[in-house]
Amino acid sequence: MAAKQLSETDATRRHMIEAFLGGGLLASFASFIYPVLRYLIPPPVVDLGGDEIVAAQLSEMKPNSAKIFRFGSRPGLLIRNSDGTYRALSATCTHLGCTVQYRSDLRQIWCACHNGIYDLNGRNVSGPPPRPLDVFDVHSRGDEVVVSRKREA
Amino acid sequence: MFAVLLHWFDERLNWDDLIAPLRHKTVPTHRLSYWYFLGGITLFLFGIQVATGILLLLYYRPGANEAFESVQYIMTQVRFGWLIRSIHSWSANLMIFTAFAHMFSVLFLKAYRKPRELTWVSGMLLLFLVMGFGFSGYLLPWNTLAFFATKVGTEITGQVPIIGKPMMIFLRGGEEVTGATLTRFFGFHVAVLPGIATVLLLVHLLLVQRLGMSVPPKLEAEWMANPSAKQEMKFFPNFLLREMMAWYVGLGVLGVLAAVFPWNLGVKADPFVSAPAGIKPEWYFLFMFQTLKIIPSKLWFIDGEVLGVLVFGLVGFMWILLPFLESEQPSPTKGWITGLAVFALAYVAGMSVYGHLAK
Repeated sequence: MAAKQLSETDATRRHMIEAFLGGGLLASFASFIYPVLRYLIPPPVVDLGGDEIVAAQLSEMKPNSAKIFRFGSRPGLLIRNSDGTYRALSATCTHLGCTVQYRSDLRQIWCACHNGIYDLNGRNVSGPPPRPLDVFDVHSRGDEVVVSRKREA
Repeated sequence: MFAVLLHWFDERLNWDDLIAPLRHKTVPTHRLSYWYFLGGITLFLFGIQVATGILLLLYYRPGANEAFESVQYIMTQVRFGWLIRSIHSWSANLMIFTAFAHMFSVLFLKAYRKPRELTWVSGMLLLFLVMGFGFSGYLLPWNTLAFFATKVGTEITGQVPIIGKPMMIFLRGGEEVTGATLTRFFGFHVAVLPGIATVLLLVHLLLVQRLGMSVPPKLEAEWMANPSAKQEMKFFPNFLLREMMAWYVGLGVLGVLAAVFPWNLGVKADPFVSAPAGIKPEWYFLFMFQTLKIIPSKLWFIDGEVLGVLVFGLVGFMWILLPFLESEQPSPTKGWITGLAVFALAYVAGMSVYGHLAK
């Protein structure tokens, strides 16, 4: 292309210009890509559930039964024991996130997906679950059963 | 590293053969060469539309109860969502502008002549398609302006004798503009139109590639008489690099417009609220809108609106066939298409400004 050989200074100059051009282009592409990458990450979901929720009415549940309630964006499990006391746990299995259920015949909590079993305190007693279920506080207020997150001590 | 990869592919795909036509392609250089950029810029903006459109699809939800809220969510919650949406809107408008400019430049440079009639036809179809993109995309945020623009636009379709009414019902997905219309327009906008556009675009580009760049007739005659005056540059990489510089500038303009003048979302559409005063379509439909407005309601025995719609339909159709209407042989009336183009440009521009200023 060039008729004469580039002198050494010319070559350095050329390198310089190439570096400026390339660097500028690269920087501007980074400025295009950055917003796109940020855009791809979904904003955190605002959990409007709060720390407390009415999970059931007192009159609603028979002894030795359970129901699933909504706690924020996740399901919770409210159990009424045979003696009439209540107990609330996270219903999300610690293994792979299925929703667990109460087995009134076994008086245990069972996950149908991979046969994980927890006791009524949420401890993982058999099967694949690696950790116990989170336990929530339960108290009654009037005719309502209120479930709240355990306060960090 | 890169060379090794290239060699690997070349060994298998014979890549060099594949891009050989691109290497042989040349672009004539003359004082009007700049007009050759317009098609490429339109293509570039189309690419921006595809990319930002896909990004918007990540969060957009069609449906009368969700569409507005999801766009609001994009603009207020998603990081840089406002930017992506603004770029999509601005780029859409710029693309329609450059597509129109491309069309007029082809007319003025007489690039539609034999053997490029089919390139013109495919280009005109693409232009109509682009307007279809604009019309269908405008409704998707489901705001008041879009709602009424769609109402009026589809109502105009309904004016066409015989086939108008069924067409309107097809477009609206019912008698009225409702959530069903939104669902339909969404489907048109993200599936039907892109599919057709991709095919047409390929045809258009293949034709351009096959037939080479047109040279304005006057210059062509000069070059024919004096072949040594003929000047051209290689398409790859010389012209392409220049073109990419234009794209880069375009991207800069787009970024500035989107950042400094972010696109409004407006107010959520409510079918049971009166149309706000001064309601107008997007600027690229304004010349038709204004024409329909000033036609008397009764002309002789036909409805003014019906006449307007029919005339626009006919003119649009004739416009596609324009290259076939010009005689090949030189004749005293040969310049009529240029005259027509001047008139059309003046009419569209004048009516748009009039429509913009009119109350």
